Amino acid sequence: MTTTWQPSPDLPPPASTVGAVGWARSNLFSTWLSSVFTVVLTLVTVYFLWQILDWGIFSADLAGKDQSACDGDGACWVFIKDRFNFFIYGFYPDAEQWRVNVMFILLAALIFPHFFENAPYKKALGWIFLTVYPVVSGVLLLGGVFGLEFVDTDKWGGLMLTLVLSYVGIVAALPIGILLALGRRSEMPVIRTICVAFIELWRGVPLISVLFMASVMLPLFLPEGTNFNKLLRALIGITMFQSAYMAEVVRGGLQAIPRGQYEAAAALGLGYWRSMWLVILPQALKLVIPGVVNTFIALFKDTTLVLIIGLFEVLGGVQAAVIDPAWQNVAAEGFVFAAFVYWIFCFAMSRYSQALERKLDTGH
Amino acid sequence: MADQPTSGGGSQPSKPPPWNDPAVRSIVFQALALVVLGWFFWTILNNTLANMETRGISTGFAFLDRAAGFGILMSLIPYDESNSYGRTFVVGLLNTVLVAFLGIILATVLGFIIGVARLSNNWVIAKLATVYVEVVRNVPLLLQIFFWYIAVLQALPGIRQSITIGDSLYLNNRGFFFPKPVFGDGFGLVWIALIIAVVAAVGLRKWAKHRLDQTGQQFPVFYASTGLIVGLPLIAFLVMGAPLTFEYAELQRFRLAGGASVIPELMALLWALTMYTAAFIAEIVRAGILAVSHGQTEASRALGLKNSQTLQLVVIPQAMRVIIPPLTSQYLNLTKNSSLATAIGYPDLVSVFMGTTLNQTGQAVEIVAMTMAVYLSISLLISLVMNIYNRKMALVER
Repeated sequence: MTTTWQPSPDLPPPASTVGAVGWARSNLFSTWLSSVFTVVLTLVTVYFLWQILDWGIFSADLAGKDQSACDGDGACWVFIKDRFNFFIYGFYPDAEQWRVNVMFILLAALIFPHFFENAPYKKALGWIFLTVYPVVSGVLLLGGVFGLEFVDTDKWGGLMLTLVLSYVGIVAALPIGILLALGRRSEMPVIRTICVAFIELWRGVPLISVLFMASVMLPLFLPEGTNFNKLLRALIGITMFQSAYMAEVVRGGLQAIPRGQYEAAAALGLGYWRSMWLVILPQALKLVIPGVVNTFIALFKDTTLVLIIGLFEVLGGVQAAVIDPAWQNVAAEGFVFAAFVYWIFCFAMSRYSQALERKLDTGH
Repeated sequence: MADQPTSGGGSQPSKPPPWNDPAVRSIVFQALALVVLGWFFWTILNNTLANMETRGISTGFAFLDRAAGFGILMSLIPYDESNSYGRTFVVGLLNTVLVAFLGIILATVLGFIIGVARLSNNWVIAKLATVYVEVVRNVPLLLQIFFWYIAVLQALPGIRQSITIGDSLYLNNRGFFFPKPVFGDGFGLVWIALIIAVVAAVGLRKWAKHRLDQTGQQFPVFYASTGLIVGLPLIAFLVMGAPLTFEYAELQRFRLAGGASVIPELMALLWALTMYTAAFIAEIVRAGILAVSHGQTEASRALGLKNSQTLQLVVIPQAMRVIIPPLTSQYLNLTKNSSLATAIGYPDLVSVFMGTTLNQTGQAVEIVAMTMAVYLSISLLISLVMNIYNRKMALVER
């Protein structure tokens, strides 16, 4: 009778290569140089974290109403509390601020479902976001109809202005960008040249010079007597600038569509516009959503530049409040607050775009 | 199609009516586009001329010769208030080029370090680099410039209470002061020696490559050329009797006299630009290195290459191909972003020329056009140089 040879069970891996110890050995102390880095960097990080926490939380002043409340070594958050309204609404009249809040809430309600995989009516919400929402918000913010008091754009500011600028910038730039991208791939040499010249011109110059141009030169270009308000001029400048970037993003999507799709659309007897609208663009635009979100992040950060032509969005408001002699030595607090506001928005959006990219990455 | 000939007898398909003929349509569309564009520019031109006449602004570039009459905080070429507006343009342009050039070098170095650090085996290093990238990338650049300028540099002590190291380096709210090198007689020879050394090093590299291709023998090019570039000027320097002295900044009653200094506006702008762009470059570098497939590293190990050789000969050349195109656009972004100098008063092109000069002369069209032309040319120049480099690095396929 033969017995089958039974291998003895594997020995467990050495204790030093598994668990917390193993992880630390391979990730923190793999070589002596690595160990030195680990120790030094950890100490430095802990030290700075402690300093920042101490400044921002433990020694910070939260209670009070004015400068006298801030005497400690820590951050003077009273300043932020005092000016919070200004940072969010600008000079928007107190009694009318509920209108801005309604705009914020509608925005959040429209965007929120997009963070979930299986949320219903996503497409409908997207269309509302692009078509109905701007009209409703415009009426709400500007007023002058339905018994709403008229609020001039001079009074707009803070986070609300940041959102208005970036929203209008992206929504207006998207259709122009699509047309430019189509034009750049057109077979007609004149159309192509015009589109390439337009795109490269705006992409080659800094946004500041575009804003300067919009505020200085636009009044010169228009017939005498036409007067634009500052916000509209900034919006035109931002839209022109952004549409050039959007065109390049969309072009990337158009190039990714295989030739067979164009040919199949033509074989079905679809003309140029119908083949674009029904076959090519639905596929291309889906591909470029992450790129559009990234462009939006860049635009969101770039809206800060309008402070140079005298509009006070979040950073402009903070900057004005920091320079204001009513409060002394609050620059760091103000900028940390503004940085936090921008960071929250941009980080959330970049995470969203990364998740989208992973979801859409179906190839390979 | 319905209007195609149905019988086999026709040798030619019937021509579509002209309004359906693609060739005719294309010509009509393009002609229309040209007419609309021409009308658009014509209206703008007319309006502008009319508007400028009512405002009493003359057109043309004659203003460039008039005296500027304003001072500029920092200038790389001699400039005073009696110089012309044309010279303010050059001063602004040079300041822009300076900050863009330094920024590109510093951001590249910092970006590569952080990009590699994100891939480090060491958990602490990798996490710190990630935190850096995620924080810096998602905060507007203008805010960072303000932060460094207003919250950090302007909060530094005044001149009397300067932070000082060994009475030669001073840091205060007026800037950073350091000893100015004074080149004595005969220092020219050191420069000549340096040029010769660089030329020799390039020649050596070529020769070593040739020999490697011919015989397979390696030559320690790196050590040899380092020795040349450091050694030759050093010998010249010592032979000439060390003709270099330093002029130290001296603390006087209300100011620091002598020495060289960097204004805080430049420091804040350069620092913010460097940090911001480095975060983006780090991501590009990381993506580039990750794009080199792991098989390449394994293959080079199997060939018996050392770690450093694997990096130098296998990973980096392939990663560079992925890195260079997006890196170029970061360089362009940095150059364009340097115009944010206006916000803190660093006298760059936009601040000096599009700001002060435009306000004083009112020549909006000429000045905006000149400024935009400069940025466009810088953009085109950088993309041209990087395209040449890219072509050299590109994969040569059959």
